[in-house]
Amino acid sequence: MGPKIVVKNVYFTYGDGTEALHNVSMEIASYQIFVLFGPARAGKTTLLRLFNRLSDLIENATVQGQILFNGRDIFERGTDVIDLRRRIGMVFAIPTPLPGSIRDNITYGLRMAGIRNRDELESRVERSLTQAALWNEVKDRLDKPASALSGGQKQRLCIARSLALEPEVLILDNPTSGLDPLSTAMVEESLHELKQRYTIIMVPHSVQQAARVATTAAFMLDGEIIEVGSADQIFGQPQVKQTEDYVTGRFG
Amino acid sequence: MANLNDFAKARTAQIALRVRPMGVWLRRGRLETLIELLIRLSGVSTIVIVGLIFLFLLREGLPAFLDIPLRQLFGSRWYPIEGFYGIWPLLVGSLVVTAGAIVIAVPLGLTTAVYLGEIAPVWQREILKPLIEVLAGIPSIVLGFLGWVALAPIIQSLGAPTGLTALTGSLILAYMALPTIISISEDALYAVPKEYRDGALAIGATQWQTIWRVVLPAARSGLAMAVMLGIGRAIGETMAVMMVTGNAAFIPDLGLDLPLHPVRTMTATIAAEMGEVAQGSLHYNVLFGIGIVLFVVTFAINLVAGRLVGSVVRRRGGQL
Repeated sequence: MGPKIVVKNVYFTYGDGTEALHNVSMEIASYQIFVLFGPARAGKTTLLRLFNRLSDLIENATVQGQILFNGRDIFERGTDVIDLRRRIGMVFAIPTPLPGSIRDNITYGLRMAGIRNRDELESRVERSLTQAALWNEVKDRLDKPASALSGGQKQRLCIARSLALEPEVLILDNPTSGLDPLSTAMVEESLHELKQRYTIIMVPHSVQQAARVATTAAFMLDGEIIEVGSADQIFGQPQVKQTEDYVTGRFG
Repeated sequence: MANLNDFAKARTAQIALRVRPMGVWLRRGRLETLIELLIRLSGVSTIVIVGLIFLFLLREGLPAFLDIPLRQLFGSRWYPIEGFYGIWPLLVGSLVVTAGAIVIAVPLGLTTAVYLGEIAPVWQREILKPLIEVLAGIPSIVLGFLGWVALAPIIQSLGAPTGLTALTGSLILAYMALPTIISISEDALYAVPKEYRDGALAIGATQWQTIWRVVLPAARSGLAMAVMLGIGRAIGETMAVMMVTGNAAFIPDLGLDLPLHPVRTMTATIAAEMGEVAQGSLHYNVLFGIGIVLFVVTFAINLVAGRLVGSVVRRRGGQL
């Protein structure tokens, strides 16, 4: 089986002329946690948003290069973007439950995907919430507003919302940014479970978190990939000076 | 001489001493209190003024309700010269024109706002938004002209007995309410966090689904506000309506073609007849009575709408 996602010579320029990605190439294998780390403005989020083409929303931006998902270029004419987004789920830095109850939040996406069967919806709600390690905390109040949850719970709800669609890839953009250490630990815990069944691409909150969760890691700086390798290599014996400096905290 | 000089110096110092504590006295606390008082005063004055307006309306209009039997007051004959003061036709006139305006303006206004805020590319937005603001600045009398000259012939050619009908009034009013509805709705849509849209799109919602299921519910209270303000502008409008509704103070038949008949609104009646009545006469009182009815109707609409929005917000646990 080939890699899940292949990025080939991708350049990305915003409407105002800022180049956010410069000749980015890498391969992401299945069933692992691929961590994308680096200082602010390195292009991590821009790259993540290309994977599910949320970048389409940015007006006047230009993309060059290829991103292959299961071997097919997602920028190809005729790509079903909606389907792509169902296969590549995404969780954002700021947990944003949609208006409505906890249950609604999970079933939104499912209904939009055309799943109407009540039993099917129910079982997916339970399964996804369990996978996101939230089920026990909310099983008695599924019809309460999602906005009443705590920050950590909201974020796990967002993860569950993506998982309910049974995606192939789960993208997490700094999912623990606003969470306390305990909630962070719970999210990280659930990630380790999830990598058995999903391919996870994640921008971590810190180098420490990157080292804790990564299977493979890529270090980004100023829109370029500096070094990609196994977690052991990147955090143990980085080959490139810049990576070493960053990982050991000498800059950044 | 030296003495005098010393005296002056001492005096200056004395004044300085007295002034400085004064400054401190003002800066700390008292200034705060003063500003608070001013703000409180301006806030309270608004309430007092509204109260006074209402009292004045009551004083001038209440006799109408006392002197004329209610059956007659809400009867269907409005012939003030012969002593018939039935305001029912005016009430129906106002309701028909306003309801028509709402039916036309609300869907049009909201969809325009959604288009502008969610769908239109930047360059179109940049052209359309200023245009809509210009629309808001058109004096109502000019719209009245437009209705008279341009719209009425079209309505007449549709088969109405005359071009000056309730429908003509509704269209003009809708046009007046549109800029308000559009610009406030657009603000409400703009205020919906971008993360909501990202979140919805990321779970495979189409643009339309995102708008319908996430953005609109999230902007609900702002949209309701926009509609209310738009309607508020329409319901109290007088001049334009007076010009184009035909001003016939009778109810034709309560049929489906009601909008295609001339009607007269409450506001138009007050404006048209106020100049001709003797102050203190029954007719004068009745005109104020109409004012009270208008006040009550508007207040009721505001109250109901406020409740509706409020209950939705509460049901959603404080989040919109």
